[in-house]
Amino acid sequence: MEKTVNQKAWFLVLPVLILVGFSAVIPLMTVVNYSVQDTFGNNQFFWAGLEWFDELLHSERLHNALGRQITFSLIILAIEVPLGIFIALNMPKKGFWASLVLVLMSLPLLIPYNVVGTIWQIFGRVDIGLLGYTLGKLGISYNYSQDAVHAWLTVIVMDVWHWTSLVALLSYAGLQSIPDAFYQAAKIDQASRWKVFRYIELPKMQGVLMIAILLRFMDSFMIYTEPFVVTGGGPGNATTFLSIDLVKMALGQFDLGPAAAFSLMYFLVILLISWVFFTVMTNLDKRDGV
Amino acid sequence: MSDSPVNQTTSRGLSLPNIKGSVVIITVYLVFLMLPIYWLINMSLKSNTEILSVFSLWPRDLTFANYAVIFTDPSWYWGYINSIIYVTMNTVISLAVALPAAYAFSRYSFIGDKHLFFWLLTNRMAPPAVFALPFFQLYSSVGLFDTHIAIALAHTLFNVPLAVWILEGFMRGVPKEIDETAYIDGYSFPKFFVKIFTPLISSGIGVAAFFCFMFSWVELLLSRTLASVEAKSIAATMTRTVSASGLDWGVLAAAGVLTIIPGALVIYFVRNHIAKGFAMGRV
Repeated sequence: MEKTVNQKAWFLVLPVLILVGFSAVIPLMTVVNYSVQDTFGNNQFFWAGLEWFDELLHSERLHNALGRQITFSLIILAIEVPLGIFIALNMPKKGFWASLVLVLMSLPLLIPYNVVGTIWQIFGRVDIGLLGYTLGKLGISYNYSQDAVHAWLTVIVMDVWHWTSLVALLSYAGLQSIPDAFYQAAKIDQASRWKVFRYIELPKMQGVLMIAILLRFMDSFMIYTEPFVVTGGGPGNATTFLSIDLVKMALGQFDLGPAAAFSLMYFLVILLISWVFFTVMTNLDKRDGV
Repeated sequence: MSDSPVNQTTSRGLSLPNIKGSVVIITVYLVFLMLPIYWLINMSLKSNTEILSVFSLWPRDLTFANYAVIFTDPSWYWGYINSIIYVTMNTVISLAVALPAAYAFSRYSFIGDKHLFFWLLTNRMAPPAVFALPFFQLYSSVGLFDTHIAIALAHTLFNVPLAVWILEGFMRGVPKEIDETAYIDGYSFPKFFVKIFTPLISSGIGVAAFFCFMFSWVELLLSRTLASVEAKSIAATMTRTVSASGLDWGVLAAAGVLTIIPGALVIYFVRNHIAKGFAMGRV
């Protein structure tokens, strides 16, 4: 759709600007302020320049946490996006069953994060959890609090359980917007199932898929509560992702300077990746003329 | 070609995997989703001694004592009330400011619009861990610490951008001719927006409200940081059982089950809106 140039539109955006400016810019400035200063306590701060940034960029601790974080995000995206699309394609289209499936699928999305953690913590325990107990009975030694691989598998399965429905629901919304005429035309052309998916369903889902992938990437990159409740970042540091590390640093050790510098770089990394992603997706949009 | 629903299914059935396959897939997926939740419900209906001593697929000794604890102890049930208050406030504020902004983004181009849009989204991407401490200082300094409005405002940080984004998508789907016709018919902008435009995107508003509700309801870190007593959320209340001597699994499970209920109600409400929206899109 062609948009009219109208500078008065700024007035419509103004409330959002004021509100988000108040709750984002001011706090962010505080963080910037801390990141360039050092303190010996007593609220006495002095200029430290880029010292903290320099120190963090060369710290192995941050590198490892970042590595784990990227691995985690890539794995869950690789599982959740195809699985979500696949589920959406198989969902009933209308009637009572469609409603029931929609409601049931949305349930995990509305469970508070710490409850999700609690659910899986209980579910996976060898003594009182269905999953842990069953695996133990099957002769598979499984213990997420001792074995790093098991901890990873638990956290990944938990995330898939928690968030695949979001991808599925958004894809489903995209699929619902395709008029039947498209399918009828495809049928006349005797298009294969794959071609229907590739040339009709996928382009129509592109917009919502972009939202889904962005949301999933950002949320998985900031994941804190769920793995913290289940594994506490362990065993060792095996599941210590960036946010867990940051909170350890800021609230556990109360290193305000390094924590603030960490926060800023963390934020910038997310910003950069999302910007690349956003640009690529919008360009795709333009090319296909959707 | 006939337009009856039966024919549509068969015409699509040729290329889609057959119905039975999809039923199996959905059933397997739903079982995977429901099992851990079932386990939580199962735990909530057992006594702590039973949880720790016997392994059983259903409660041998059915008890509602865990729920009774929650409904009689004010520090528990006020957690739910507080959560509902700030979530509702947040949803209303988010939608109220996001609606005009989304309209501006979908209809007009103006200086800096793309940058502004992206800047908004960056706030959705900001890790809450980064904002916890600064928010605490900010709201304490203006005397809003431990109030519902503080948490509601803090949550707008990620909910407003999301609401703008979702609404913009829905608004783009409404033909511009509708706006123009309304202006020719003599509608003023506010009247047009409320009387004509809002009903057209009601499903979009429903979806946006759903997401605002959801993200505010499930958020723990900020709501815990910004409240101590008066506005303490249920999520923060639940962490109490963990810190207490020994884990009270039964009450924790019961509280978890109760946190799922408002969400389920909201989904049920939005579901009708979505269905209506979809019906409109299918000409």
